Amino acid sequence: MIRAMAGLIALLFVLGLLTGGAGFGWPDPAIILELRLPRTLLALLIGGGLGLSGAVLQGALRNPLADAGLLGIAGCAGLGAVVTFYWGISEAFAPALPLGGMIGAAIGCAALVLAAGRAPSGPSLILAGVAVSAIAASLLAVALTLAPNPYALAEITFWLMGGLDDRSLLHLALAAPPIIAGAAVLLRTGPGLDALALGEEVAASLGRPVGATLRATSLGVALAVGAGAAVAGGIGFVGLIVPHLLRPLLGERPAALLPAATLAGAALLLAADLAARALPLLLPLAEEPRLGVITALLGAPLLIRIALRSAP
Amino acid sequence: MIELRSAALRLGDRTILHDIDLRIQPGECVAICGPNGAGKSTLLRALAGLLPGTPPRDPRRCAYVPQGARSAWGITVGELAMLGRLPHGDRAQPPVDRALDLCGIAPLRDTRIDRISGGQARRAMLARAFATDPAMFLLDEPTADLDPAAQHAIMALLSATARAGSGVVLVVHALDLATRYASRMLVIDAGQVLADTTPEAALPIAARCFGLPLGRDPMPRLLPP
Repeated sequence: MIRAMAGLIALLFVLGLLTGGAGFGWPDPAIILELRLPRTLLALLIGGGLGLSGAVLQGALRNPLADAGLLGIAGCAGLGAVVTFYWGISEAFAPALPLGGMIGAAIGCAALVLAAGRAPSGPSLILAGVAVSAIAASLLAVALTLAPNPYALAEITFWLMGGLDDRSLLHLALAAPPIIAGAAVLLRTGPGLDALALGEEVAASLGRPVGATLRATSLGVALAVGAGAAVAGGIGFVGLIVPHLLRPLLGERPAALLPAATLAGAALLLAADLAARALPLLLPLAEEPRLGVITALLGAPLLIRIALRSAP
Repeated sequence: MIELRSAALRLGDRTILHDIDLRIQPGECVAICGPNGAGKSTLLRALAGLLPGTPPRDPRRCAYVPQGARSAWGITVGELAMLGRLPHGDRAQPPVDRALDLCGIAPLRDTRIDRISGGQARRAMLARAFATDPAMFLLDEPTADLDPAAQHAIMALLSATARAGSGVVLVVHALDLATRYASRMLVIDAGQVLADTTPEAALPIAARCFGLPLGRDPMPRLLPP
């Protein structure tokens, strides 16, 4: 299973290096190095971070609807990145961009943990997340409109729908370390997530109190999703879909899903980014569709299916 | 040994537990009885160190099974029992196999916990506690949802476990089971310990506490195996 996914990722990675705006084929090495390699590696890292974050959030909140996008964490990350980017902070100090994203994501996580403390795993948690998400999206639009920037409308769609076009090696260097650190934190939450399956009291009696698990989850998600959203905008649904795709294959034990969710998230975002690049070659499109549009088109029908299946 | 000294708990303006001093020795099988809302589950949580102000327990030596038998995810019975190894940080198979055998659910090992009956799920939760191999079991109504034969089987298992040297504390509503299998009975009402003695001596106090007469039942009834 893991080996098959690794093979799929390798295949998508090579296809990613060979596909570009000019068509399919082996271009100038400079194009590979400057454009396609950072873009493909970013899709791999960000997708892996999103898939893993989704699996950990669903386990920690014991809610199959939990996802960094749906809960507003990604929106807060985008807002943080926009503030540092359009007020020139990241121009003076490049690492401010992922830092802004991570701080935004951390604020989103904190809001969520506060809500979870009052109503753990219930529908009100998702409602709170949707509200945080809406606030973040509105503030992001306000921030972009107020910023000294003539392309505000185009930029709003980028930050809300995400994209990896024109990302450089600098973006890769900024985003990779926090995403990898976040993934390392998240991959270690497995035992805490398993213990939480039986409720907070049993988790505490097993020596895995819920507070420690939620803190590690918040830290890891803030790093992985925050840094990802800072360079690629808000890419929704990857974290939501991936655990649902894997449960029929691997069972429902939360810890058992984590490594596979990382790989599946990476494969999914690589494939979505490949589709975004290939579609203008196949269809008469003026420009690439946004990455978040493609993941939403994949994810929304699945969300409907989950909703219908869990209905009484 | 497990000890709880002058534990008191207030929720809002209601006192759930009054000053309670308890000491449970290895080899004891202690039944906590009392009316609904008396504070039985709260006392068990206090013993487990799960209430604010109570001393935390070593999770490798003390296994706690709450009243509900639900899992957030559809994990298998085997995976559920394996959770009992979390405090040890290993995934050792032999103690898990032994626990599943003891609780009589080894054949359901690969069945999802949400696809079995309530009684079977209860046994799976108990198997999780046995898999930890603890010195002390704290069990909230381990015989709820079980049929009469299974109730006797589980109570006999718990009583044998205590005789083998572990401590067992269980909340139980069925007084006949408590008197037959426990070595010590705690009767509590309104957060206070009314009796802490042998089951025979505690029974009249329990009867008073429930407002029921104590006597011999002339009706035919199922007997233990």
